[in-house]
Amino acid sequence: MTVATENTTRSAGKIRVTRSRRNMTWTAGGALVVVVVLALFPYIVYSGTTGIMVQGFVILTLASMWNLLAGYAGLVSVGQQAFVGLGAYFVLILAIHGISPFAALPVAAIGCGVAALPLWWLVSRLRTGYFAIATWVLAATVMLIIERFSSLGGGTGLPMPGLSGIDPTLLTAYTYWIGLAVTVLSLVTVWLMLRGRLGLALTAVRDDEVAARSSGVRVGLVRMLVFVVAGIGCGAAGALNSISLLGVQPDAAFSVQWTAKMAFAVIIGGLGTIEGPILGTLVYMVLQQELQSYNAWYLIVLGLVAIVIALFARRGLWGLVDDHLHIRLFPVGYWLWEPESSGRRGLRDPGRRGTGRRGA
Amino acid sequence: MAWVDAIIQGILTGGLYALFACGLSLMFGVMKVVNLAHGDLAVIGAYIALGVITVTHIPALWSFLIVVPIMAMLGYVMQRTLIQAALERSELTTLLVTFGLSVVIEAGLLQFINADSHALGVGSSIITGSFSVGSQIQIAYLLLLIFVVAVLVLLGLQYFLSASRYGRMIRAVADDREAAQLSGVDYRHVFGIAAAIAFGTVALAGIAYGMYSQFTPTTGTDTILLFAFAAVVIGGLGSLWGTLLGGVVLGVAQQIGAQINISYEVLAGYLVFLAVLVIRPQGLTSRKAQS
Repeated sequence: MTVATENTTRSAGKIRVTRSRRNMTWTAGGALVVVVVLALFPYIVYSGTTGIMVQGFVILTLASMWNLLAGYAGLVSVGQQAFVGLGAYFVLILAIHGISPFAALPVAAIGCGVAALPLWWLVSRLRTGYFAIATWVLAATVMLIIERFSSLGGGTGLPMPGLSGIDPTLLTAYTYWIGLAVTVLSLVTVWLMLRGRLGLALTAVRDDEVAARSSGVRVGLVRMLVFVVAGIGCGAAGALNSISLLGVQPDAAFSVQWTAKMAFAVIIGGLGTIEGPILGTLVYMVLQQELQSYNAWYLIVLGLVAIVIALFARRGLWGLVDDHLHIRLFPVGYWLWEPESSGRRGLRDPGRRGTGRRGA
Repeated sequence: MAWVDAIIQGILTGGLYALFACGLSLMFGVMKVVNLAHGDLAVIGAYIALGVITVTHIPALWSFLIVVPIMAMLGYVMQRTLIQAALERSELTTLLVTFGLSVVIEAGLLQFINADSHALGVGSSIITGSFSVGSQIQIAYLLLLIFVVAVLVLLGLQYFLSASRYGRMIRAVADDREAAQLSGVDYRHVFGIAAAIAFGTVALAGIAYGMYSQFTPTTGTDTILLFAFAAVVIGGLGSLWGTLLGGVVLGVAQQIGAQINISYEVLAGYLVFLAVLVIRPQGLTSRKAQS
């Protein structure tokens, strides 16, 4: 992680501009420690725990992708399960041809990115609600086409080849590590995307699409890029999920519940912040583990919480944290420091969602 | 002859899809709300009808007399509370709230009823029968009735919107909310009325589907919402008759697909939808490009 190099002084004189308000060395060190500790988990905890954590990795990867789509690019996709399913099936196809599912995962993810291009072409003209349902129809269409191939198990699916020879303990550990890698890579990708020029463009689109367009942001191109990246991320998550479940089943792989889960995690955690999906995934996993013995209850509770938060706390739980503590784990904005006044003032901070009016 | 039969069955099924679509279309046209819970609300209507039939033993055909007012009231209340609150925030919030509602309804039905499929038994009235045209074409009275109901609903809506006082207010609010408000129209109340009408048609759609086929808690999204949306897009926005045309095109595409291979039924409908999206995104009837 290169967070420590962020405190670059940009301007001369007494005014300093930094990327964050606090010294990021500690946060970076903390993140590194967290990742290392997480990487050691298979040696410490039971395989049941790592299994649950792999589910968490899947949700977190999906949520950070959906956050890019809905939180920044203004694309409320209800069809991301198309990529979850495609990722799973791409791994299955490669595994049938003798490639290890673990090696197939990155290829499958890239394949989903390629598949995202024609799908984007189909729905790119639509906005908001129309875009939402059209992506949903697309996902249903993709599933119906995949089910046509009896070599891929038709409507019932297939177990994943190439995993049966591996020792179960090693298999869960491998799955866990590749899950951790997928998640860390997704979060870093999102963070890097939002830091640079693209991040400014995305933040501008998020805050006011018309204004962004008139200031020369190529909104269509930016949206396409986000759709492709989200396709890759969701594909990787779907591939990971199929490996951890040891098989693919079309109805489950293409279920709209995937989008429900990622959307709820993002809405609860905080739409349009990088930290939000992480917090939302934690809330999601806790609720799911607590309520899993009551069947569908966890989705009911999550849905109701998400509705309440969407209405009354639009920046989610992370927004509430941020309002009081001004913490930014993944700084993407700039802070202006004025030595003569005692107060510190944030001049340009794209990480913050404007509470003012948005395009109706 | 089998192809002619497929086309005729498709046209008749199209009436059912138009019935699915008109509530969605109305709510979008008036309030600019894309209600992602649309299909699940239709399924709720079907379950209410099931309850009403079980308790009162009235024929399934007449259950609409009780279910439609219940759903219309639900529509008014939901519009004045949840949907209005979401609308005042942003378009994004409306989508998130209705999507959340859709998932909650579906999970709730699974939790409190069950995942079994149900149907609204029509009993042994004449409606379950069919008549034949020529030697190979069988037309079910039920499907014909649903088609006629769909046309009547569309005609009624058209008349209501163009000739009645409330219809005039609805059109005024849809055109220019501020101007309508300045002329003394309470737009929230008008939105409520429009939602009540939309939910009434949604209830009819749910009952019709329940008599035509079996429904489960997931029918609302994987069938009703997606078919309704496909019909709206194919037909073109803003025209009630476009909705009927869209439903008919979708129905015919599905029946022709099923004629080739029974498992192509749904896929064929979606492929026609995607083709329209690419070739004629404004729909078959509408001249104005949708934004």
